[in-house]
Amino acid sequence: MIKIDHLVKHYGANCAVDDISFEIARGEIVGFLGPNGAGKSTTMNILAGYLSSTAGRVMIDDLNVLDEPLEVKRRIGYLPEQPPLYPDMTVEEYLIFVYNLKGCTFNRTKHLEEICDVVKIKDVYKRVIRNLSKGYRQRVGIAQALIGNPPVIIFDEPTVGLDPKQIIEIRNLIRTLGKDHTVILSTHILQEVQAVCDRIIIINKGKVVADELTENINRVIDGNHRYRVKICGPQREVMSMLNARSDISFVESLPDRDGDAYAYLVESAPNVDMRKSLFFALAQKGWAMIGMEPLGMSLEDVFISIVDKTNELGKGKKPGKNRRLRGAALEQDLAQSIIDATAEQQKNIAPYEGEE
Amino acid sequence: MPIEIMFAIFKKELRAYFISPIGYVYTGIFLAAAALICAYTTIQQASYDTTTYFQYMIFTFIILIPLLTMRLFAEERKMRTEQLLMTAPVTLTGMVVGKYLAALTLFVSSVLVSCINFFPLFSYAITEKKAAAVGVHVGPVFGQIVGCLLGVILIGACFIAVGLFISALTENQLAAAVLSVAAIAFMILVGIFNHFIGSNFITSVLDWISVLSRFDKFAYGLFDFSALLYYISISGVFLFLTVRIYDKRRWG
Repeated sequence: MIKIDHLVKHYGANCAVDDISFEIARGEIVGFLGPNGAGKSTTMNILAGYLSSTAGRVMIDDLNVLDEPLEVKRRIGYLPEQPPLYPDMTVEEYLIFVYNLKGCTFNRTKHLEEICDVVKIKDVYKRVIRNLSKGYRQRVGIAQALIGNPPVIIFDEPTVGLDPKQIIEIRNLIRTLGKDHTVILSTHILQEVQAVCDRIIIINKGKVVADELTENINRVIDGNHRYRVKICGPQREVMSMLNARSDISFVESLPDRDGDAYAYLVESAPNVDMRKSLFFALAQKGWAMIGMEPLGMSLEDVFISIVDKTNELGKGKKPGKNRRLRGAALEQDLAQSIIDATAEQQKNIAPYEGEE
Repeated sequence: MPIEIMFAIFKKELRAYFISPIGYVYTGIFLAAAALICAYTTIQQASYDTTTYFQYMIFTFIILIPLLTMRLFAEERKMRTEQLLMTAPVTLTGMVVGKYLAALTLFVSSVLVSCINFFPLFSYAITEKKAAAVGVHVGPVFGQIVGCLLGVILIGACFIAVGLFISALTENQLAAAVLSVAAIAFMILVGIFNHFIGSNFITSVLDWISVLSRFDKFAYGLFDFSALLYYISISGVFLFLTVRIYDKRRWG
């Protein structure tokens, strides 16, 4: 459906997008992640035909964006970072204008009514956009992208400014859209990606640094058992006892104290539940365990590790040198494996021999 | 299909003039100024000659045309709505021409409406004709009025293209307005001041730039094809430059 081939975009001397390649199949919901200024919006703008690329090729439905811009634009619904609204118009006037602008040939009243139902803006239909709250404006922006029923929908941060209930509604909407549309969305909210997207593409400094199915990432994250344990007892002895256990793969003492208890970060070996045996082992020694709290690894941690690692790579430092204290080993490893897999994958993409 | 989409932009722009006060301000000032000028140059001077009326009218364009053109692209850019237009299935040319035609339509309609100023002249002429000798022409010359109207509209079309171009350069409406006033004033005044320049060469170059120097023939009621071509090409060049600016920005 969408094929991006060695895309490059320079702004003067500044390189915003540096050789990005990926393919998106029909009906896939893809989440674009990346720190600010990573090149997400630029990539989306190029996809939507607002900007032109410096080099590389963008194909949508086997049509080249440069060769047949109008046909491609007809296939795309785009919600930019800032919804393109005319504040002086009413919602109705605006949607009718967009309908005409996209040259649609449906039954107009019915089509607009359906869209308003979907994004729930019926009660503000006759109001002037200037007077709408941010949440409603955002929804009018989403409605605008859906007009004409385009097969590809691009949302740049669709849930910004919405309240939690609306966010859930919009996520559900995106999931519904994903059944028969190809959806690309960028966001800063990582739960959103986890909840909505089939696939995650992380961009940093204009490069794809991670491209992985959400379920694969989730599987690794869920398979991890890490706990924060508070134990009353001499710190050094507790440490050596924990280190000696075969069902524990990683131990680290944490700086915080609770009375005479010290906190430790304990990671169990894969597929082993060591909680019960650890409890009895400590009891035998006469050390009280006064707290055990599971520490989930989140997508946030993985994301931050990936971004940190790729930033370090850019600076020529050795990755993984300054590990953070909170036993970040696992997500570092996961991050590294995702980065490596993506790099391998990117390497296998044949260079684009574009005629300039 | 692209024509329909261009028409959608045209309609939106035309409506936008009257959603905001700009359309009313422009029409009001233009009609009031035209009526005043007409009263001053014809009735008060006891003259049926309308050339001066049209010449003075051109001077009002210095202020009035920028009112029409300043927001066309500057506002779009500031509100980030140009992203909507540029990702719509319409070419840049379609977008620029749609906006141009909207401004042109409002301008031409206001010029045509201002023709009511001639009613007093014609009705006065009817009464005076009865007293005049047979065979003597009394009253305004119809050909002169039509020629001048055409000339004024063509000059306005040029100025709108210039204003549109300047509006595409900036996202600040005020800056666009000030620059357009300066540009249009220059194009008008250069024709007046080049009479004071001794050098023949400079005079002829400036004469070529001056939009006013070509207006004279229309004032005689002559249809000057080269002038028509001149005005249309000036408009075309500025519209083309506007498209180029947007194209360049896309590649920038």
